[in-house]
Amino acid sequence: MQYRFRGGVHPLTFKSLASDKLIKRSFIPKRVVLPLSQHTGSPAQAVVSVGDRVNVGDLVAKPSGRISAAVHASIAGKITKIAYFPTYNQARVLSIVIEPEGGEDQDFKPKPDRNIDPIPKEEFLGIIRDAGVVGLGGAGFPADVKLSPPANKPVDTVILNGAECEPYLTCDHRLMLEKTQEILTGLDIIVKILGAKHAYIAIEKNKLSAIYAMEKALKLNSLERRAGPGRLGSVKPKLIALDEKYPQGAEKQIIKVILNRIVPAGGLPMDVGCVANNVGTAYAIYEAVYFGKPLFERAITITGSCVREPVNTWVRMGTMLSDMKDIFGGFTKEPKKIIMGGPMMGFAQYSMDTPISKGVSGVVFLTEEEIDTHKESVCIRCGRCVDACPIGLVPTTLMYRVKGENFPEAKSLGIANCYECGACAYICPAKIPLLDYMKFGKAKIQTI
Amino acid sequence: MSEALVVSIGPHIKDKVSTKRIMWAVTFALLPAGIAGVFIFGINSLFVIIAGIVAAVVTEALMLAVRKKDIGAVWDGSAVLTGLLLAYNLPPQSPLWMPVAGSFFAIAIGKQVFGGLGHNIFNPALVGRAFLMISWPVYMTTWQNPGWKVDAVTGATPLALCKEGQAIVMKGVSYWDLFIGQRGGCIGEVCVIALLAGAAYLLVKKYITWHIPSTYIATVAVMSWAFNGKAGLFTGDALFFTLAGGLILGAFFMATDYVTSPLSPRGKVIFGVGCGLLTFLIRKFSGYPEGVSYAILIMNSITPIIDRYTFPKWFGAPR
Repeated sequence: MQYRFRGGVHPLTFKSLASDKLIKRSFIPKRVVLPLSQHTGSPAQAVVSVGDRVNVGDLVAKPSGRISAAVHASIAGKITKIAYFPTYNQARVLSIVIEPEGGEDQDFKPKPDRNIDPIPKEEFLGIIRDAGVVGLGGAGFPADVKLSPPANKPVDTVILNGAECEPYLTCDHRLMLEKTQEILTGLDIIVKILGAKHAYIAIEKNKLSAIYAMEKALKLNSLERRAGPGRLGSVKPKLIALDEKYPQGAEKQIIKVILNRIVPAGGLPMDVGCVANNVGTAYAIYEAVYFGKPLFERAITITGSCVREPVNTWVRMGTMLSDMKDIFGGFTKEPKKIIMGGPMMGFAQYSMDTPISKGVSGVVFLTEEEIDTHKESVCIRCGRCVDACPIGLVPTTLMYRVKGENFPEAKSLGIANCYECGACAYICPAKIPLLDYMKFGKAKIQTI
Repeated sequence: MSEALVVSIGPHIKDKVSTKRIMWAVTFALLPAGIAGVFIFGINSLFVIIAGIVAAVVTEALMLAVRKKDIGAVWDGSAVLTGLLLAYNLPPQSPLWMPVAGSFFAIAIGKQVFGGLGHNIFNPALVGRAFLMISWPVYMTTWQNPGWKVDAVTGATPLALCKEGQAIVMKGVSYWDLFIGQRGGCIGEVCVIALLAGAAYLLVKKYITWHIPSTYIATVAVMSWAFNGKAGLFTGDALFFTLAGGLILGAFFMATDYVTSPLSPRGKVIFGVGCGLLTFLIRKFSGYPEGVSYAILIMNSITPIIDRYTFPKWFGAPR
């Protein structure tokens, strides 16, 4: 059973470019640039200095404050610089540069497999925090914070989010195929930490192979399952095949679709007893808990019609995009736009000298023909943006308010609720960059 | 390479549908009705249509030049559509200066003085029609019976006959005749089947939604059934009043004009019902036999108010 959410759009997905490509092993670049702020919240604090030698997985920056995440060395080598570097979302962030000197062992030494059943949940949270795990769906919220709701907001349901509704991206799809069992174990850990009673795995129907893989794994597990209440694997997850629609993978929407619960405006999923986690996050939690492996690499998709060999690949954090040309074989045609993240919510890049960080789920290259160069024309009030907005705003009216600098009215019309999915700007036939106006307006209402 | 990159805020992909495509799609959807009109009333209808379109495009170009705007915008299809719709709202035997005058007024006063596309309060084609109706009422009410033989003065529209108290069947007009357009009326309004074909295309392509047309037509049908019968309440001929006038053309192609109708689905329903009520009231109580164009114009004027009170509810807003 699945419910519906209002609004949404149906962009062409172009997922077949890379959906059948195995996730490649990560390679060791000649340097990595590790931004100290790869997450939502306060930046991490460096605990190393220039000249130090580090091994793979060593802590290089510790969290500073409750909402913050640790950063770990993604390659072994020498710290050559700590300086400000541009990141994928166009901020300049203090970053640690590591360069290998040659001869180092670049493999992570996993801690021996441990029996995790007797571990209490507080310890799990500590392990996840120490591993620097953040939400890998894009927002980069520290995972341990998300998994420790206050006592007055009990969470009864966990949703494993495999919707991957952004066009082009396929890394979550591949991860679900190649690490099915590990992801399910990650989900079990999340369920145990939260003491949840229900778990759902939500996958869009354009990833049928992932749905089958999950179904099979769940069947297998239920044969083997001997766990008692409170132990790992005591909750059997339900698999949900979602109809395709963007932005289905957004937390509020996926909760509405599966549980018909509506997260209050300005609220969090835990307000309706729910937590949604990306499949990549679940995998990172599994690795952290079982092997003590910190989040120093992630799966990303590098794709686009002009990319010679679209790929899914593991990549060490901080790898410069410009060092990755060999991975995807260069271009068949000159790209005009480079996007980190998906084409709907991702960030366009000024150059390829940008490091991959925890929040980058993919790199999409678009050619001149594929990017939209239409001039903004006047609103014809067709109402398509109103129909597309998943949270029931009237983007065209807000656009006029922002243009007229009437920010108090923009605020009273709910502009703060916008989470910038971009559906309005995608659908606008007048090609008005509605999201630009939304972002500008949202920034402005902070000051009133 | 880096200096050649395009950097902008997302989304980085856009839907293919553009304003231009929508305008031309609506024009395309209107073609069957026009072709039918020409076949039914003769070649003069074609000249009226062409004159209306040419005058609209020329006026648009002139006005854009006067306002120092990009004259290329004339090909966005909106002027062509206005000219076409205006011509469709004229009697088949109109002298050619009528569509020219109407289109000029529609574009210049109905649209460009408000600031051009997207800023007009009233449907431009209907503004043009209202202008002609007030200025040259005789020409606007001189009808022609179907057929290529010109007998301009003898015709009358079924609604006018009905208003005069004549039974329609007396004139030998059946529902089927109303459906295929074998009756007196404006060029583009008579052939209901052709209009419905065009409307179906627009609905399937999602260029228009069902909200306005269905509520509009349903309101007229119900009100006519309830109050327009000769034998008392609930004896009216709903089908006749739906098919006989300009309702189908108005409901699917004029009331749905984006610029002058409400934004939200709820607002559209209110707008459709309002159009329906006004159409019924004008038909029943005014001196005019037909009320579609004035009903839509009046509702156009309160669209901003409807919009103001029909903002959709936010996701997660307190009940």
